[in-house]
This record gives sequence, C-alpha cells and structure tokens, in this order.
Amino acid sequence: MRSFINYPPAPPDWPGGYWWHWLVFTLIIIAFVMTMALIFIWYERRLVGRFQSRLGPNRAGPFGFFQPVADAIKILTKEDIITSRGDRVIFWIAPIVGFVSVVMIFAVVPFWEGAVLVDLDAGLLFVLAMGVIPSIGIFMAGWASNNKYALIGAIREVALLISYEIPMGLALVGVILMANSLSLEGIVQAQEIPFFVLQPLGFFVFLVASLAEINRTPFDLIEADSEIVAGYNIEYSGAKFAVLYLTEYVEALAASVLLSTLFLGGWRGPILPPVIWFLIKVMAMFTLIVWIRSTLPRLRIDQMMSFNWKFLLPLALINLAVVTLVVFSSLPGWVAFISGSLVLIIYLALWSVIFRRGGKFVQT
Amino acid sequence: MSRPNFGIPKGLLVTLKNIIRHPVTVQYPDERLVISRRARGTDIIWNKNTCIACRACERACPTKAISIDVSRGEDKKLKVDRFQIDFGTCIACGLCVESCPVEDALYMSYSYERAVYRREDLISSDDELLPGEGKQPSGYAHPEVEKTLTLQTLLLDKDREDSQ
Repeated sequence: MRSFINYPPAPPDWPGGYWWHWLVFTLIIIAFVMTMALIFIWYERRLVGRFQSRLGPNRAGPFGFFQPVADAIKILTKEDIITSRGDRVIFWIAPIVGFVSVVMIFAVVPFWEGAVLVDLDAGLLFVLAMGVIPSIGIFMAGWASNNKYALIGAIREVALLISYEIPMGLALVGVILMANSLSLEGIVQAQEIPFFVLQPLGFFVFLVASLAEINRTPFDLIEADSEIVAGYNIEYSGAKFAVLYLTEYVEALAASVLLSTLFLGGWRGPILPPVIWFLIKVMAMFTLIVWIRSTLPRLRIDQMMSFNWKFLLPLALINLAVVTLVVFSSLPGWVAFISGSLVLIIYLALWSVIFRRGGKFVQT
Repeated sequence: MSRPNFGIPKGLLVTLKNIIRHPVTVQYPDERLVISRRARGTDIIWNKNTCIACRACERACPTKAISIDVSRGEDKKLKVDRFQIDFGTCIACGLCVESCPVEDALYMSYSYERAVYRREDLISSDDELLPGEGKQPSGYAHPEVEKTLTLQTLLLDKDREDSQ
C-alpha cells in the first residue's frame, strides 16, 4: 500500500532518522507559532496605531515590544470563571480544539526547500480540513458559555464558515490546477512565477475568504464588540481566554503563511536565504490584513452573506474558468495576468454599482 | 445607472497616508503641548507686598476657597496675617483676579499640573502662592502681563518653551 506520506522528507544531510526529524520540526513549529503570534500581537497593535495616526503601545520595553508579554502575564493571573449553567467539559475543551487544530496547519508548510514536518501528498486537503476545525472550537465555546451573545456569535461563525469555505476551496482548485500538485512543497516548486501574478483573481478571492475564515475585521461579526459584546469568548477569562486570543492570531498567522505559500511563492526568492524570504512574505501578507482591518468597517450578517454568494462565489467560478483555460491551452503567463486583472477590475467596478446601498432594496 | 464606487480603495489610501504622517498623539509625561500663556490655569499667584487686605477676592470667590486673616498693624493699616487658598475647591473661574482692586497683587497662572497625593496638600497659603518654576503669571485679566507674553497662534508645538 502506498503511503500518503513521502518519508523520509528530511534534507539529505540531516542526522538521524524520521523521528529526529519529527521531534526537531515539531519543536521548531511550536516555537515559530508562539513567537510569531506574540510578534503579530505587538505588530498589529503598533501598525493599527500608525494607521490611525497614533503610536500604539510603546511603554513596555523597547518600542513596547514586551507589551504582549505583559498582557499575557496579566491575563494568566486573572480569575478563571465558568458560568454556573455552562457546559463545563466543552467549555474546557473548546479553546484547546481551536488552538491545536490551527497549529497543525503548519505541519505541512515548507519553510525552506525540504524543511517541512510532513510533505503530505494531500497537503492542501489537510490544510482545508484543519482550517475548519477552529470554527468547531469557536462553536463549542459559544455553545458551552450558556450566553445568548456567545451563542449568536457561534452561530454566525458557522454560517460564515459554510459560505466562505466554498469560494476558498474554489480558489485553491485554481492553485492546484496550475501547480499540478496538492502538496504545498510541490506548489512552491511550481511557482517559477508567483501565482498571485498568474491568477490575481484567485489571490483576491482567497484573501477575502481567508479574512472571513479567520474572522478579521470586515467579517469580525462573530465577536462584534458593539453588538454582541465579544461574541463567543464573552464568558471566557484567564488562561482559557488567553488561548482563544492566541488562536485568533495563530489563525491570522496561518492565513498569512498560506497566502504567501500558495500565491507569493513561499520560500522562493533571490539572494536572501529562503527562510528570510518566507518571513518577509508572511509579514507582508499580515501587513495587508492589518491594513484592511484598520480601514474597513464591519459588515452586517446579511451583507456578509450576500457578499459571499453574489460576489465572491461567481468571482471564484470565473477565476476557475480563466485558470482552466490558461492551463489547458498552455497560454503564456502574461495572458493569464492580463486576463485575470481585467476580469477583476471589470467585475469590481460592475459589482460596486450593483451593490450600492443594497441595490434598490434599501430605503434611505 | 450610477458610476462605479471606489470607496474601499479611497479608504485604504486614507489609512496609508496616516502611516507617513506624524502621529497626533502627545506622549504626555515625556512631551507636552505648549498651552496658552493667557489661560486660567489651576494655580493662583499672590503678591504679598502689594496686597491691601481688602478681602475682595474672598468675597468674590463662589466656592469659598479663599480665606484671609486680616489685622490692623501699628500704623493703622490693614495687613494680611494669613492668605490661604484651597485648590481642592477652587474652580479656576478667575473671579478673584478680576475683583482685585490692586493692579499687581493677584494673578492666575497658566500651569495645569496640580495632582497631589492628599487633599491637604492642595491647601496652599502665603509663601506657597509666590511665583516659582513652572508657575508664572498668566495674561488673564492682566493686560500689562499679556503685553509681555509671546504671541501664540497654534498651540500644537510639543516640548517647546516658546511657540510663535
């Protein structure tokens, strides 16, 4: 029987066998995820500050770099409260479910050529599957809190997941078609030209859909502070809240990592070492996400649904058609770039007219 | 049919411009705005030598923050034994300065940092009311002081003694 895992995936000069590889890369991934999550928390707060013409936290340590550490200490020393009628077991498990599954995404992400924990043949399927499980964690959190706001947030999360998974998957199909591989390593190898040039439509769709998946601001209505207070995590405090909070940033990290791996060429790049290129691309993608967050207001749930089904899904289908045409007629790359960009611009202009104030259905 | 809407790119450009701009926030204890030299601050400056002990300021004070003990000296002139202002009740209205019949006895100051640890520390009397560092007479109700002050227009300069 042929295994799904191509082992040994270790670099040829790596000492020891598969288990050493497994141990070292697990440690590296956990260290990477935790450090980057803390850096992201700091970076986002500073950057949102600059986008809003203020400074952001700058007191704790140089440039406020230890602010997330101070916050973590504060949160961890807080009292841990469980609602009296909440479902205790699920309440406990929920943050862990979300965090563990989102960290598992990084198992298939290549940091370098061959520097990957497991180079799964079905890597993208694994990513899709693992990217969905945090939503189950969020739903569990909202359900177990026994709080109406938490439940509304949780139900919104499920609605969001069901709708945005479709354009996301369709955008990934475009990537798979072009790379002719489901493994992330293979996709990176296939990107002589980064895919965001070859399929700008797919990049756009994946960016928006992943923003919705990780609940960043235009779609953060599962924790909408102004309407349902904090959504699913309203009853959480102490260490469990810290884990939920961390999960959000690890999800953002996962989205940035996937965007840079699937569309920006992952570790590929001239002169600098591949890891540096990888980190640069991840930071660039996160900067884009923060930029969008600091600019756009939150959507209503009905706006979000109509945005997905009427705008994003057709766009994903058009992207799939364009990519299929380009791949199967082996057209040169510039045709793909120009056709994709043209379609994107025309589509955006057209839909901005159609969707103005909800068409003719909204009275002023 | 209306024109295409470019609200989102416009918004993105607005936030991008903020990155290039200097932040508008003031890091207060490290840097502070230059405030108006003509303001009614939270300090009052009293000149012991020119005060004629008429108690006009005490009567003018709407919150009874000022209390003055007056006695007649050997030369039959009134003199002030104790001049006390409770800045815990002072509302910095400036009526005492306006009511003062002497030209150079009572001034507002433009300083504004009056936080202390105990309420009793807010009560100052006699020599504590003399001008000092960071406690200079403001131009409020004193045209002769106002003339000597620098011209101020924008009060947004940080960390600068004189703003022109």
